[in-house]
Amino acid sequence: MIDLHLVHNVRAKDLVQEPIRKGFGRGLLKAGEIDENVVAACADLTSSTAMNLFAEKFPDRYIEIGVAEQNLVTVGAGLAAMGKVPFVSSYAAFSPGRNWEQIRTTICLNERGVKIVGSHAGVSVGPDGATHQMLEDIALMRVLPNMIVIAPGDSLEAERATLALAADKDHPAYLRLAREATPIITTDKTPFQIGKAYVYREGKDITLISTGTMTYHMMVAAEVLAKDGIDAEVIHVPTIKPLDEATILKSLRKTGCAITAEEAQIAGGLGGAIAELAAEQCPVPIKRIGMRDRFGESGEPNELLQHFGLTATHMALAAHEMLSRKAK
Amino acid sequence: MHIWLPEPATTAIITSSMRQIYSIDELELIANDIRQDIIKMLLEAKSGHSAGPLGLTDIFTALYFNVMKHDPKNPDWDDRDILILSNGHCTPVRYATMARAGYFDRAELMTLRKLGSRLQGHPERTKLPGVETTSGPLGSGLSQAAGMATAMRMDGQHHRWVYVITGDGELNEGNIWEAAMFIGKNKLNNLITIVDRNNIQIDGPTETVMPLEDLRGKWEAFGWHVLEIDGNDVEAVIDACSMARAIVEKPVVIIAHTIPGKGVDFMEYDFHWHGSPPNAEQAKTALKELRTLRGRIKSEADHD
Repeated sequence: MIDLHLVHNVRAKDLVQEPIRKGFGRGLLKAGEIDENVVAACADLTSSTAMNLFAEKFPDRYIEIGVAEQNLVTVGAGLAAMGKVPFVSSYAAFSPGRNWEQIRTTICLNERGVKIVGSHAGVSVGPDGATHQMLEDIALMRVLPNMIVIAPGDSLEAERATLALAADKDHPAYLRLAREATPIITTDKTPFQIGKAYVYREGKDITLISTGTMTYHMMVAAEVLAKDGIDAEVIHVPTIKPLDEATILKSLRKTGCAITAEEAQIAGGLGGAIAELAAEQCPVPIKRIGMRDRFGESGEPNELLQHFGLTATHMALAAHEMLSRKAK
Repeated sequence: MHIWLPEPATTAIITSSMRQIYSIDELELIANDIRQDIIKMLLEAKSGHSAGPLGLTDIFTALYFNVMKHDPKNPDWDDRDILILSNGHCTPVRYATMARAGYFDRAELMTLRKLGSRLQGHPERTKLPGVETTSGPLGSGLSQAAGMATAMRMDGQHHRWVYVITGDGELNEGNIWEAAMFIGKNKLNNLITIVDRNNIQIDGPTETVMPLEDLRGKWEAFGWHVLEIDGNDVEAVIDACSMARAIVEKPVVIIAHTIPGKGVDFMEYDFHWHGSPPNAEQAKTALKELRTLRGRIKSEADHD
C-alpha cells in the first residue's frame, strides 16, 4: 500500500481542526500566484466562502457579483470563454442550488471550465437550518455530463483540490465545501489527484466508503470496529465524479459488503453512485448512510450529526448489519 | 469616477479577410438572400422558428457584412469581435448569415435540426465553429457577454467588442436584469446589446403576456445608454453600432424595433409564426414574395 502520509491517530485528542473552506481560500490564493489567468467571483459572501485572501491579493482579478447566482455562473462562463480560469463561489444552497440550468447549458454543454464552489454544504451548517443546509448538490452536479464533482475531506485536501482544479483548466467542476471546523486527517505529503479514490485503511471484512466531512467519522468507525475484531477497509472518495471505479470494485470484491457515508442525500449522492456501480459490476450488500429523502433543521452541528445518524457509532452499527448479511 | 476608455492602437489594427465594403443596396440584397435561405431551411427541417429569424435578418446582415471584425476562415481569430445570440431559437438567421459570409457551404443549411448535423436546433458552440456560445434557454447570453467583456478589460484588449442579441420576450428572465445591473455597475462600454423588439412571444404580444414597457426607462434606470432604431433598416443598424462604440461612459443597449416575420407578408406581425415553420405551399408563396421584393431592391439600386 502506498503511504498516504495520514495522521497517525485519528482518535487523538489534539487533532487539529479547521473549516474545509479555509483550505480552499489558501489554495485559491496559491493558484492565483501560479497562474495569472485564475480569477474569482463571488455572490456577496466573500469572507464566508474564504475568497477574501484572493480578493485582497488580486483585487483586479476579483469580481463582486452581488446576490445574483444566475449571473455568477454565467459571467463565469464568459470569463472562461476568454481563457480565464474562473472560480465562482456562494453557499451551495444558492449555487448550484438556484442556477442549475445555467450551469447545465452555459458551462457543461458549452464545455467551459468554470469551477463552481459551493460552501456550507451538509447539515453541519447548523443553526441556519434546512434552507441553508445544502444536501442535494452532489446529485444535482453528478448527473451533469462533463462535470467533475469533488468533496474534500479536510482543509488540506481542499487546498490541494483547488490547486488541481486550477491546473485542470478546461473542465467544468463543482467543489463542495463545509462550514464547520473539521478534523485534519491528512498532511502536507498526502497526495491528491482528480478522479482518484484513496484507501485510507486496508482491511478484508467490509469496505467503508465516504466523502467530505464523513471520512473522519469513517476512520473513527473503523477503529471502533477493530475493537470488535472486524478488519474494515476505508476508502476516501474526494472525487465523486469521475468515480474511481477500479479502486472501489477491487475492495468490494475483496470484502463482499460495504457501507457508504456522506453529509448529503443518498439518492443521487455518493451512496447512489456506489450502489449504481455495485449493482452493475459487483452486487454486494450495501448500507448507505446520509440523508434519506428529508431536509435538515436548526441545531448545533454535533447535535445534528447525532440526530441524523451521521456519527462513527451509527457507521459501526451499520457495518455490523452488513456483515450479518454478507454471503458466507 | 474612473471611466475605462479604449486606448489608441499601438500597432495597426489587423483587418479581417472580410475586407469587402458593401453598399446599403448590396446589403439589402444579401439580407433578401438570407431570408430566402431561412425559408428553405425551415421547410426542409419541418420545425423551427420563422418570425424571429426573418425579423432579425437585417441586423445579422449589418453585423456580419459591415459592423463586426471577424474572419470566416479563422473563426477563433484572437482579435475578432464576438457575437452572442442569447435568444438561441433564432439561430437559423445566424446559420444562414454565417453561410453567406463564408463560414461553411450553404448546402449544409439543409441539414438544420437533422441527426448528425452541426446545425443543431438551438446553437451549440462545440458543434459549429464561430457560434461562440451554446444558447436556447433564455436569459443567459448577456451575463456571458459580461464575463467576456470583463476578461477583455482585464487583459487590456482594446478595439474589440462583444455584441449581444436578445429577444424582447426574453427580457422576462431575471438573469437578464442581474446582468444589466452588473454591466451598469461596471460600465462595460465594450459590450453592445441589441434587443430585438418585435413585440411577440410564444403566448402572444409581449405587452399582454408580461408587459415590458417602459422598456427604455428600465434600461436607463440600470445605468445604460439607450438607442432606439428601426431594426429592419440595415443602415440604421450600422449607424447605431457606430454610435454605441463611441459612447464610453455607459454601456449601450440598442432597442431595435423589428417586424416579426419581416419580408413575408402573411407572417408579419403574427405571433403564431414565432415557433412554426412554413409548409411547402407557404414556403412557395414566401419565396415568391421575397424574389419579387428582391427585384424591387435591384431596380431601385439600378436607378441610383
